[in-house]
Amino acid sequence: MTLKITDVSHDEEFMRKLHEISGEDVSKCMQCGTCTGGCPMTDKMDGTPRQIMLLSHYGMKDKISADNTVWLCATCNTCYARCPRGIEIPKVMEAIRQLKLRENINKVEPNQIPAEILEDAPQIAIVSCLRKNTS
Amino acid sequence: MKICYYPGCTLKTKARNLETAGIEALRALDVEMEELERWNCCGVVFSLADDDLLHLLAPIRDLIRVKDAGHDKVLTLCSMCYNTLARSNLVMRHNEEKRDTINTFMEEETDYFGEVEVMHLLNFLRDEIGWDRVKEQVKVPLKGLKMATNYGCTLTRPDEVGIDSAENPTVFEDFLAALGAEPVHFPASTDCCGTYQVLGNPEAADDAVARIITSATDHGAEAIVSSCPLCEYNVGKRQAALLEKKDGLKELPSFYLTQLMAVAFGADPETLGFELNHAGSLPLLKEKVLG
Repeated sequence: MTLKITDVSHDEEFMRKLHEISGEDVSKCMQCGTCTGGCPMTDKMDGTPRQIMLLSHYGMKDKISADNTVWLCATCNTCYARCPRGIEIPKVMEAIRQLKLRENINKVEPNQIPAEILEDAPQIAIVSCLRKNTS
Repeated sequence: MKICYYPGCTLKTKARNLETAGIEALRALDVEMEELERWNCCGVVFSLADDDLLHLLAPIRDLIRVKDAGHDKVLTLCSMCYNTLARSNLVMRHNEEKRDTINTFMEEETDYFGEVEVMHLLNFLRDEIGWDRVKEQVKVPLKGLKMATNYGCTLTRPDEVGIDSAENPTVFEDFLAALGAEPVHFPASTDCCGTYQVLGNPEAADDAVARIITSATDHGAEAIVSSCPLCEYNVGKRQAALLEKKDGLKELPSFYLTQLMAVAFGADPETLGFELNHAGSLPLLKEKVLG
């Protein structure tokens, strides 16, 4: 992945909000990739958790927004348990999701979930899905 | 002994088998589960956004109810409830600023400082009851039953609320061994089943579940045991549909931990809600243990 960092791609406001919402310092990340190595969802992700950390460090909001990575993170916390820098990566993922959801954009529309799954699924599946994917 | 019990929403409907069997099994150990009055949904997932205090109110209100009822501990059977209540509790215990804001906002409630201890059934059995006492109670040992443990995400992660090591937990295996079963060690034991992705990205959940089942059967498991109703839904209830989609995937009956404990303590399996489980679960028990 070649990154071209310009005044336009480097979004200071995004970086400030990311830090405010996540409480995490993404500059602590040393890009070792342990998070990606343990992530159970990487094969479905456009990017990887390591790339999200790098893009966050450089404030590249548009690149982050263009891929599905943060939406596939299910907060299993494997990355956090293994991160040698102690970064709570799921909080970074959550902050990026929140910044999108707070624009009043739903990632999952409740009425598009198949009826047979809604009928069958336990409440904790429905509530957690909507907590993570709706504004 | 009496213990305050927080059921959570799913245990009253889709996961009735987790609750019914749990009450039955703990009664055999002379533990009476006293259901918390006026409990509400914990919100299922802990609020990870630092500026979002609103979603902390539901779990904290539950913990205030526990305190108001005069209890210093609360027991959960659902792993997700455990995680959400325990993490919210730590905010009230350690984060003075958030605690003050929340206590002020909920002025109609008793002030709360994180005094209650949130326990899951597994660490309650290990730390309060003891495996020796559990072993004493076993009337029908689950002898020869090779069981895979499905810790999932929320029992052991993150570390600050984990009931055991995040990388190499043993509490679930110790539980199975106490019941006479043979725990199977397999690498995917603490892997994520895809959780709520089953609604928005079902293929991601299918692949995650297939990896867990394959890893378990490759290591000789005859069944898998969970304590999370969402894991049990993904791994157990949806398995029949998954078997049709994934070539080479082997069928793996699934249980809730409480059902195995109740059976081992001599309860009538017909009362333990096996009709809500994977179809092969009760037949496996009948063949291997109850026969």
